[in-house]
Amino acid sequence: MSDYNFAYLDEQTKRMIRRAILKGLAVPGYQVPFASREMPMPYGWGTGGVQVTAAIMVPEDRLKVIDQGADDTTNAVSIRKFFQRTAGVAVTERTAEATVIQTRHRIPEVPLTGGQILVYQVPIPEPLRFLEPSEIETRRMHALEDYGLMHVKLYEDIARHGAIATSYAYPVKVEGRYVMDPSPIPKFDNPKMEMDAIQLFGAGREQRIYALPPHTRVVSLDFEDFPFEASKADHACALCGAADSYLDEVITDDAGGRMFVCSDTDFCAGRRTGEVAA
Amino acid sequence: MYVAVKGGERAIDAAHAWLAEERRGDTAVAELSVPQIREQLALAVNRVMAEGSLYDPDLAALAIKQSRGDLIEAVFLMRAYRTTLPRFGASEPVDTGAMACDRRISATFKDLPGGQVLGPTFDYTHRLLDFALMAEGEAPITAEGVPAGGPVPHVTAFLNREGLIEEAMESDVVPPDLTREPMELPASRALRLQALTRGDEGFVLGLAYSTQRGYGRTHAFVGELRIGAVEVEMEIPELGFAIPIGTVRLTECETVNQFKGSRTEPPQFTRGYGLVFGQSERKAISMSLIDRALRWKELGEDDAGVPAQDEEFVLMHADNVQATGFLEHIKLPHYVDFQSELELIRKLRREAMGDSSQDAHPTQEAAE
Repeated sequence: MSDYNFAYLDEQTKRMIRRAILKGLAVPGYQVPFASREMPMPYGWGTGGVQVTAAIMVPEDRLKVIDQGADDTTNAVSIRKFFQRTAGVAVTERTAEATVIQTRHRIPEVPLTGGQILVYQVPIPEPLRFLEPSEIETRRMHALEDYGLMHVKLYEDIARHGAIATSYAYPVKVEGRYVMDPSPIPKFDNPKMEMDAIQLFGAGREQRIYALPPHTRVVSLDFEDFPFEASKADHACALCGAADSYLDEVITDDAGGRMFVCSDTDFCAGRRTGEVAA
Repeated sequence: MYVAVKGGERAIDAAHAWLAEERRGDTAVAELSVPQIREQLALAVNRVMAEGSLYDPDLAALAIKQSRGDLIEAVFLMRAYRTTLPRFGASEPVDTGAMACDRRISATFKDLPGGQVLGPTFDYTHRLLDFALMAEGEAPITAEGVPAGGPVPHVTAFLNREGLIEEAMESDVVPPDLTREPMELPASRALRLQALTRGDEGFVLGLAYSTQRGYGRTHAFVGELRIGAVEVEMEIPELGFAIPIGTVRLTECETVNQFKGSRTEPPQFTRGYGLVFGQSERKAISMSLIDRALRWKELGEDDAGVPAQDEEFVLMHADNVQATGFLEHIKLPHYVDFQSELELIRKLRREAMGDSSQDAHPTQEAAE
């Protein structure tokens, strides 16, 4: 694909995106507006993540792409192929070997290390959106640190259901300042967000980038008497036996049969071959 | 079973191959050429150029061919190509007053300088299927008239002479470019018009229609609708003056709307404006109605709480490439989110059904 620049985007666009990323890293959890471009895949397919990845990628990178934790889901395959074609970078399925990991809706089970970058695809970057539809209002609320509405919502959940009825895209507070949407990862993954790697979040359609530098304090919202809990299916993986990984439920027949398997396919495969410690 | 989520790569390749075959259709039927689409499906080409924000009839025709006639998909192809092009600069404002009009009508004056020119319109055709088109007939030949010549001044300028219509303020402010900077709200009128001109025709039409039916009425008259070619000029820094770099066909609509006024200020008509690439008059009229509806604050009108007055609602939902992408993305896998919902609903149901073995409070799970 010599007709296109390295990693598809032109260098001016990459600079614009990098400026937004740097601003995001300087103000963790703050949603930085950026001039998102049309990408050759549809909005909703990860255009924000793809633009962030394209902007940070260098020829020496080794890229891993996961969707729902797996490397072989169709959209992960498609995005990986896109960068193979447009950037010619090496790719891998091994979490530990990747320098850049683009993800949709999961954080890998194996802890990431310094030097790695995790790029999230974000559909709705605004954690307050479902409480307040107006962008003008929500930006004002962030500016004034006016998060009362969110706490009322969590409280109403408890009053109605006896628990906070949010299981994914569970809101977090970053460094005691901005309330942030962690993208639709299961809340099981929330505690992993305090990590050694850089985390970048790209929302293409909504034109926002935000970021977490390594070791940033990320606290899932809760109440003293109703503490946050990172939940998962109460089973072990049927393939590798892991009891501490996030599980997908797989329907095996039409008589109610089902099994639970690791959502992180690389983690699961690594445990079965003995490469990842049990 | 578990293997079901494997094999994504092979499945994609096979799907693409099948798609290519479906796109071509029955090979016993002659293939459609890009020039055929450009010449004979010109209104589709116009729509794709307008919503794709890229004036190139050949590329728009190619996009329509590649997308099997799915115009939103074609718009998307155009946008994804456009986004890779560098932006060298901006043209001078085009002078639509100097347009070589193929069509120019006014609904407010029976006759006017420059005349009423119907041009190639469906307006007064009878919508009867023309079965003769199914056979391959001779090319129709139309007798060529003599152009009236002379200037075709804007209708609103007549009204303006009497002070009957609000002044369109001149401004040297460089308008923001929505394809290069993020949309900022509240938006300037220039930015709103930019978003509307590339907005989805159906969405823009529906909203404009809603204002006619009472959801933010603005009592619009089509002061003027004109379609034709205008010259695009650009100032070249090395030269220091503007030179023509090409022509584009545009549709321009100016509406004359109900007046405002007060005891001290005489009433004046107000304006709505639409400008769209190609022959796209449904879109241009719709755009001018919405433009006018969105100006309620500036004109001191009441907030009727209707969709067409809500700038954020209109601008954030008018783009069909954004809309279709997000809408259709829900067919992508959501196993993980759904799994967490499954866990939650089972747990809530257990608690609601008063399973005494469970605490009333959420419990810490082993996983944490």
